[in-house]
Amino acid sequence: MMSDHLLSLVTFLPLAAALGVALVERRAEGAIRGLSLLASVATFVLSLGLWAGFDPAAGFQFLEDAEWIAPLGARYHVGVDGLSLVLVLLTTLLSPLALAASWRSVGRAVKEFHVALLVLETAMLGVFVARDLLLFYVFWEAMLIPMYLLIGVWGGPGRFYAALKFFVYTLAGSVCMLVGIVYLYVAKGSVGFDLGQLASGAALGPSEERWLYWAFALAFMVKVPLFPFHTWLPDAHVEAPTAGSVLLAGVLLKMGAYGFLRLALPLFPTAFWCFAPLVAALAIVGVIYGALMALAQEDLKRLIAYSSVSHLGFVMLGIASGDPLAASGGVYQMLNHGVSTGALFLLVGVLYERRHTRLLGDFGGLAAGMPRLATAFLLIALSSIGLPGLNGFAGEFLVLLGTFQVRPLWAATAGLGVVLGAVYMLRCYQRVFHGEVVHEENRGLADLDARELACLAPLGLLTVVMGLFPGRFLAVLDPTVRALVEGGGP
Amino acid sequence: MTHYPIEAQLHWIVLAPLLGFALIGLAGARLGRGAVSLLGPAAPGVAFVYALDALQALRGAPEATVLAEPLWSWLDLGALSVSVGLRVDALAATLALVVTGVGFLIHVYSVGYMGHEPDGSYARYFAFLNLFTFAMLVLVLADNLVVFFVGWEGVGLCSYLLIGFWYRDLANSDAGRKAFVVNRVGDLAFVLGMFVAWRAFGTLDFARLNQEAHDDGGLATLCTLLFFIGATGKSAQLPLHVWLPDAMAGPTPVSALIHAATMVTAGVYMIGRLGGLYAVAPATLAVVAWVGCLTALYAGWVALAQRDIKKVLAWSTISQLGTMFVAMGVGAYASGLFHLVTHAFFKATLFLGAGAVIHGLAGEQDLGRMGGLARRMPVTALCTLLGALALAGVPPLSGFFSKDAILFAVGVSSVPGRSALCLLAWSAAALTGLYVARMMTLAFLGAPRSAAAAHAHEPRGTMAFALLVLAALAAAGGALGLPEAVAHGADRLGAFLAPGWAGAGHGPAAGAGGHAGLLEAERALMLRSGLLGVSVLAVGVLACTAWGGALEALFEADPGLAALRRAALGRFYVDEVYGAAVVRPLVAGSRLLWRVVDVGLVDAVVNGLARLVGLAAVALRPLQGGLLRGYAALLAAATVLLVVWAARGWFR
Repeated sequence: MMSDHLLSLVTFLPLAAALGVALVERRAEGAIRGLSLLASVATFVLSLGLWAGFDPAAGFQFLEDAEWIAPLGARYHVGVDGLSLVLVLLTTLLSPLALAASWRSVGRAVKEFHVALLVLETAMLGVFVARDLLLFYVFWEAMLIPMYLLIGVWGGPGRFYAALKFFVYTLAGSVCMLVGIVYLYVAKGSVGFDLGQLASGAALGPSEERWLYWAFALAFMVKVPLFPFHTWLPDAHVEAPTAGSVLLAGVLLKMGAYGFLRLALPLFPTAFWCFAPLVAALAIVGVIYGALMALAQEDLKRLIAYSSVSHLGFVMLGIASGDPLAASGGVYQMLNHGVSTGALFLLVGVLYERRHTRLLGDFGGLAAGMPRLATAFLLIALSSIGLPGLNGFAGEFLVLLGTFQVRPLWAATAGLGVVLGAVYMLRCYQRVFHGEVVHEENRGLADLDARELACLAPLGLLTVVMGLFPGRFLAVLDPTVRALVEGGGP
Repeated sequence: MTHYPIEAQLHWIVLAPLLGFALIGLAGARLGRGAVSLLGPAAPGVAFVYALDALQALRGAPEATVLAEPLWSWLDLGALSVSVGLRVDALAATLALVVTGVGFLIHVYSVGYMGHEPDGSYARYFAFLNLFTFAMLVLVLADNLVVFFVGWEGVGLCSYLLIGFWYRDLANSDAGRKAFVVNRVGDLAFVLGMFVAWRAFGTLDFARLNQEAHDDGGLATLCTLLFFIGATGKSAQLPLHVWLPDAMAGPTPVSALIHAATMVTAGVYMIGRLGGLYAVAPATLAVVAWVGCLTALYAGWVALAQRDIKKVLAWSTISQLGTMFVAMGVGAYASGLFHLVTHAFFKATLFLGAGAVIHGLAGEQDLGRMGGLARRMPVTALCTLLGALALAGVPPLSGFFSKDAILFAVGVSSVPGRSALCLLAWSAAALTGLYVARMMTLAFLGAPRSAAAAHAHEPRGTMAFALLVLAALAAAGGALGLPEAVAHGADRLGAFLAPGWAGAGHGPAAGAGGHAGLLEAERALMLRSGLLGVSVLAVGVLACTAWGGALEALFEADPGLAALRRAALGRFYVDEVYGAAVVRPLVAGSRLLWRVVDVGLVDAVVNGLARLVGLAAVALRPLQGGLLRGYAALLAAATVLLVVWAARGWFR
């Protein structure tokens, strides 16, 4: 039955398409683009089936469990709960948009580009659905390579430095995690790599647990990224092509927070809560610091990258605060950030395609000639800075409300990030769209065309829908997140 | 519980302007100018009709009836459940009528005033104005703090969009940003107030907050204070008042609607909405009264020195809002709301009059380049005069009655420092007469002081219509709330509003009006405040005409007076202090932090590590072909090795 393997189908359809694309004649670029887009749209449609068939009250669903590496006890064990499901959907939504956005902007090594992007999609999905630690790690590492290539091959002039930095940072984190996985596997005895059993198996010694926690936490902190492990992000974003930035911000930046919730919290609960105040402190620093950095930037992508540091700070604050409302808000904020920052990078891509620059000083006065772009940018910017009625507000509100109940001062301090958000975002908007046109190149630029509108429309619509009806989405993820934070779940 | 048919229709009050926004916003100039000119004003017009229906239902219903229309569940997470719903009681109905009624007139006025705009920009203007009306009505009709906050920040957004409407001039865009950011500072406090309220009372619903309010451990005091900080942003009170004068960069009808009649009064409305909660926090109320009073006085001084006609009105608005807060602070909620309503009438009149002047003088806003306009623009002059007299508190115009009610309430209140507050409130009222006299004299009397003033022309059509209707309201609006001292049962607005706060236990303004001694005192006070209004106005006109030369000589002779005038013109340098203490350190600090910490420290460490890796790579050159394949193979090999090592236990 198809529905028995729906989750695997969703996960591996992009990989299958990548193989298909690899077989297509190199010069048939239209076919390559068409096939890739078709496959990732199909993946999205199939993933809607997961959403439709999901029961929020019932824990892990769409489970598949098969023998994989028998001698190690590693199994092909996948399934989704509320937390995984929403992130799977975010991934399947953003991937086709990233592909469609690259329709014209990528002209070099088109075939390899599409293969990399499709492989990346499967790897990202795999991370979210894996219920086996080794499987998780394989997908985790598999994710790095296509992203490294996307930056290093199709990136801008500083791509070598950026890609190396990205690689060094994440590899450092991954190596720590690998050591931790190996140790955990040995220490837990014969339970294999099953996440549920690893969490409930023989107890670890206190200092053992703490060391292991850090082995995992470092990898996740780099991925979030938490201050001070964030400096790879601005470089990676600046150099990455639009599709890379969209997926990097939209999905890859969720991996760290997901790792904390999925692995660090259930596997090492004592250590997790012991160091949660430290994580929260770093998160709060990130909220303020990221916003201040965004205020100082002249490059649009760098600015948005730093704004991500600020937003992901809210996510981590919610998770580390210990309050279930805040944690659910944090996860909701992961989705919101994916939607609004993904859209922001699409918009910057639109600007870059026309002007081949991202410097604020090269723009100015664009609103008059590009009203559709100006409107779309404004909507997304407002969603990003948490205007009530749009999606960002619901997440930030829950994070701060929940955190305030347990740590009022933390919430009040992080709240400053909301004020600073308005400062840097409106400054950015003004520099690009307001004032007179001072550079002749900015005259007569084409406004958003139908393809670009089609890429942006789903995200724009989501900012409104997720802002007006957050309950629909929270109903799916809240039971899972609540159980995790309250210690009841795997 | 009785059901009222209008309850199922309440959503049309907010939906009509939203539809207007969507239609005009999406279709834009393609609709055609005529369609936009019809649709734009129609949106608040339809909302006004529905609001009237709600008013009718409330008037026929028992006291303190609330019409409610639940819409949908925003979220429901067990502990926290927030629903979206509309609620109309006497207070909300009053505000909704002001917003849609005055809003409709200003939309109509805009058809003429914005007539010179190109099609696209004309459509954008009406789309934004409709969006504003929608957000303001959400704020007014909200049944809980979250929905209220959607409207609260929504009107702030529209304010930003309309202040910076002519965005090609960066100064306008700057003014919009300043408004948004300063409001965000207040909004942060407002959000924190919500968190305190939820922690203390377990609810964010207005009805429950007002009923279940108590001040255990000072939490009610804390959350009402935080809400009030939010109000100092939205309603431009000290110390967050700095954005409103700059907001005059927007088109003048926007100044009339958003920055005089409706949005800036949201803070006053908020206190009325949470009247029960504020009543259990007397310390907060005292702060409200004092901040309002000091703002009223300060802004009155600054208004006296301004040269730009819109700036005079902006500072006057800040001052009048302060007066409203004084009323709220002494517990005279109904009087505060009464002044809110009359102020909406007379200040909108004044702004539309100023707009007519600016329009007639081809954009001139400097009072020094006007003069003698009464002859060239008699209708505008008459309408503006009615607004000005109402503002100055000259009987029997609307402002006289509402200001009188507030001064009376302050006198009989139990607020800490009542005598001083009384004195300051009277001084602020006197200042009003002075700056109004100065503005009117400079603009309308004497001889024209520029070519534009000599060739000014009257507004026509829609502009004249809206101006005349509003001037009539400014003149006669006092009839809504004549004091009990005039006739028993004359305070119709007060009687309509007061039951909503029954049990909130505040000052005598709500119910004790029938007391014979108080009635006598109120009559005496009316006489005094009426005399004050007239005499100050007369002094003001004389100071600007007959005594003008002598005064000027006095100011030039005395360096102290000259410095005072400069300080008042310079807003007493509050903006400069913010610039030096907050804005510039923030901008410079963030650049410095970036260079020093991000680039200088963190990246230096990372690059150093990378160089180490590089050195190691040189050492391992034979393993490395410079191709990614190589790295991937290495990584894979290392992984396999580690896994094998890990699995050794299994092999044993």
